[in-house]
Amino acid sequence: MPEAYRKHLQRQISQHAHSEIIGMQPEGNWLLRAPSLRAKVVLLAKIQDEAGHGLYLYSAAETLGKSRTEYLNELRTGKAKYSSIFNYPTLTWADMGAVGWLVDGAAIVNQVSLQRTSYGPYARSMVKICKEESFHQRQGYEIITDMARGSEAQKEMAQDALNRFWWPSIMMFGPHDSDSPNTGNAVKWKIKRATNDELRQSFIDKTVHQAEIIGLTIPDPDLKWNEKRGHYDFGEMDWDEFWRVVKGGGPCSKQRLKHYNDAHNSGEWVRKAAKTYAEKQQLKQDVA
Amino acid sequence: MTTNEALINYCLRLGDSSLILGQRMSEWCSNGPILEEDIAMSNIALDLFGQARIMLTYAGKIEKKGRTENDLSFKRLEREFLNNLLSERPNGHFGDTVARNFFLSAFSFHLYSALKASADEQISAFAIKSLKEVTYHLRHSAEWIIRLGDGTEESHTKIQDSIENLWEYTEDLFAMNEVDKILIKEKIAIDLNTIKPLWNKTINEILTKATLNQPENSFMQSGSLDGMHSEVLGHLLTEMQFLPRAYPTAKW
Repeated sequence: MPEAYRKHLQRQISQHAHSEIIGMQPEGNWLLRAPSLRAKVVLLAKIQDEAGHGLYLYSAAETLGKSRTEYLNELRTGKAKYSSIFNYPTLTWADMGAVGWLVDGAAIVNQVSLQRTSYGPYARSMVKICKEESFHQRQGYEIITDMARGSEAQKEMAQDALNRFWWPSIMMFGPHDSDSPNTGNAVKWKIKRATNDELRQSFIDKTVHQAEIIGLTIPDPDLKWNEKRGHYDFGEMDWDEFWRVVKGGGPCSKQRLKHYNDAHNSGEWVRKAAKTYAEKQQLKQDVA
Repeated sequence: MTTNEALINYCLRLGDSSLILGQRMSEWCSNGPILEEDIAMSNIALDLFGQARIMLTYAGKIEKKGRTENDLSFKRLEREFLNNLLSERPNGHFGDTVARNFFLSAFSFHLYSALKASADEQISAFAIKSLKEVTYHLRHSAEWIIRLGDGTEESHTKIQDSIENLWEYTEDLFAMNEVDKILIKEKIAIDLNTIKPLWNKTINEILTKATLNQPENSFMQSGSLDGMHSEVLGHLLTEMQFLPRAYPTAKW
């Protein structure tokens, strides 16, 4: 395997895995406050799926000759990145709708195309992940629909969540193709099967209609159907904000990493005990 | 007290205990010592919420006041909850959670094994379904008791402390009152004295394997059957019930 190809995949797959793991936190923020038992179990099942996605992805990444522990060390020390979207706070229950609908919706567009990525273990993990992600997207859309059609207060919360998550969601696809340092090789090597701008356009085209159906307004005055292109035109993203968050300046950047590290450190004695116990058992077996 | 009133009370005990422990287990989400444990603990929480939903829905149905699983979960006050005292104990560190879950899942395992034969069809079906789940919960917690007990010196000390600290809440699991008397007569509930020795045997076997000591009974907590809880329950409910309380007419 060419070294540059391996390096690119190690970075991309582990970043993807880290995003799944860190992504558990903004939704976990509302798990204990879910407003019905059904909403609670659906949300919990969804977060659990994300932990599972992390597991598949670390396994896929391990086939490239680096262990999960090594990848996680890169996350813990801030060397590795994860999706910037998780550095935004989830302030109301409507955010559980917005995250599922928009964030998972954007992730699916990207992941569907990755089912045809050139590296087999990554492509196969995407097939399984996509099935679950489409359930997540529906879960989010159900929450936001119920709220958009609910009381005045609920409707306001739904619109507010859309206002806050719209731009960060469409920035999830990364910089414009002209400014994306990794796109060139990734497309050439068939790791990426579509460019950032193509994927972003496809997401916007399908999401606008979903917002219309439930009576919410997408916070972009320049959003307009372009008959000639057969696509929506849309406004320019705030790239200063984008790069600031990528570089660790998101509202929850420090908090998310600290949360992960605190959990990891609190579990140190447990992992050590499990390892020691396993070694003792092995020794007993060897003696027998 | 009529048989129906006793049955409602009994269903609330079962449902509330699963609900409150499920809420505690959800607090572990994204906080587990390894990813696999995070997933395992979410699984346990999902099972427990599933059990709670069955029992609370059933309680609401036989009560005939139109209360749903959500009304019973989100609109009752601290003193109305009938969960056992152990289920509301805070998670503490991983060992505290494991010890709590071990005592509870061993109890549920023997309780549901006996309730399979309940004369109430719903209780019996609930026990058959839930037994499969708590068999796994018991295996999970017992294996960790052994690993931590027979792991490092630090883990041994920690888990022994957890067991000592939680022991005083175990007697409350076996408390009975008028409700039990009525339902035992109808062959709906079981005499908890019959499963006490079984529970003791399970606990003793695992603790011995884990090189841990079973504590002696000294002061033992009680009160869950009368809705007498510890201070922590109010905080758990405040968080859990926030949205339905803040927006009483909203549908979610």
